[in-house]
Amino acid sequence: MGHRTALYDAHVAAAGKMVDFGGWDMPINYGSQIEEHHAVRQKAGVFDVSHMTVVDVAGAGARDFLRHLLANDVDRIEPGRALYSGMLNERGGVIDDLIVYKRDNDFRLVVNCATRETDLDWMEKQAGGFAVDIQERPYLAMLAVQGPEARAMLAGLLEGNKADAVNSLKIFGFAEDGDWMIARTGYTGEDGVEIMLPNADAVALWDQLLAAGVAPAGLGARDTLRLEAGMNLYGNDMDENITPWEANMGWTLVLNDRDFIGRQPLLNQQQNGHAELVGLVLEGKGVLRAHQKVILPNDEEGEITSGTFSPTLGKSIALARLPAGASGKVEVEIRNKRQPAQVVKAPFVRNGQAVYKEI
Amino acid sequence: MSEIPAELRYASSHEWAKNEDGTVTVGITAHAQDAMGDLVYVELPEVGQVVAAGDEAGVVESVKAASDIYAPVSGEIVEINEALEDEPELVNSAPYEGGWLFKIAMSEETDLDNLLTADQYQAQIESE
Repeated sequence: MGHRTALYDAHVAAAGKMVDFGGWDMPINYGSQIEEHHAVRQKAGVFDVSHMTVVDVAGAGARDFLRHLLANDVDRIEPGRALYSGMLNERGGVIDDLIVYKRDNDFRLVVNCATRETDLDWMEKQAGGFAVDIQERPYLAMLAVQGPEARAMLAGLLEGNKADAVNSLKIFGFAEDGDWMIARTGYTGEDGVEIMLPNADAVALWDQLLAAGVAPAGLGARDTLRLEAGMNLYGNDMDENITPWEANMGWTLVLNDRDFIGRQPLLNQQQNGHAELVGLVLEGKGVLRAHQKVILPNDEEGEITSGTFSPTLGKSIALARLPAGASGKVEVEIRNKRQPAQVVKAPFVRNGQAVYKEI
Repeated sequence: MSEIPAELRYASSHEWAKNEDGTVTVGITAHAQDAMGDLVYVELPEVGQVVAAGDEAGVVESVKAASDIYAPVSGEIVEINEALEDEPELVNSAPYEGGWLFKIAMSEETDLDNLLTADQYQAQIESE
């Protein structure tokens, strides 16, 4: 038996098909992954993401520590705002990707569950010399409520500061009320919020959301939604041997004069060139999957890092790491046959609409 | 518990086979489609192709994964379910009816004896 979130019994009651996910028993779907996907694109869905790791970083040295630890710069944001960043090793490889929330006096990080121990070990190791206190917050559950009607439906169930936050937060803004943190962030390409709240409050909110008509959505739909949104999945699209440049995360790099971990290799790679993570849309038959080989017209090769069938577009899409400058038509090897595909700029879908552009 | 019609025979790789006068209709079981989740693509053999029992004869792909389909009996492919090209979800909604995959003109009637009965297949999936 794996770890269970506070919502385990609620998932089983909602007919969730439970699978092991990084040591946690989590719902892959509640009957139909595609229906859950459409619910989020068209109305509203709720995901239990309590398996993710919440870490608070406090102390007089917290700001300096995070400016050293992260490739994005927490000085870019004001308190009440969140930032997406890679945490890199000395070679510039991505140890994890995370969201950092800047509060008045400290910071909160949300990192992936599969990398929890690596992340915590790395943070402790790098914390030497900084006056910081690093505390995991396992008493917090986390729900992602996503979809075009998600905020309106959620706000109707809340009162006071919580409802105000849901109604008025700007994108990547957050607010706190007691032990609740509500952030206008997500992993679907739709409007919505993510809520951290005490385990003891999570089931009641979940039940209210379902009663109001918000669809429970599993990890399967979470993956197809994030891929349509062109968002990376750690372990698939990047890992410790892949730099942000090679994972379409160049926009998260702040290469100012501060000395963050991995800075010099990133500068070198910026000079010397690097592979790129781009989108693919399949024009031939089959379904694009991770690790399929991509062949360019000049016989150079690349590899798919994430692939699936896009329920919104009705075709197969993928993220692929290709040699610099790849564009136009390529071929993908699927079961020993070459199928044509088009190189595109992700995201594929935003706010329910196809938005990808051929490159 | 998934439906397992008593009159069909089953391969351990989760295909079902229905013999009608030597023509065997093949599909995947309710249990198999449930385990795979929503199907989005089906690759079928070509009519006229000759297969031996146990040969790969197609692929079904769900949102999450691809799975090979094996011919449960030997013979020649005489018909394929062309509706699945546009509606692969028929395999989910009606695995024993509209979601059939292909038909084989069986060359060795004894191949059927090597397949599982409904009770044996039930026992297999309970032990998985």
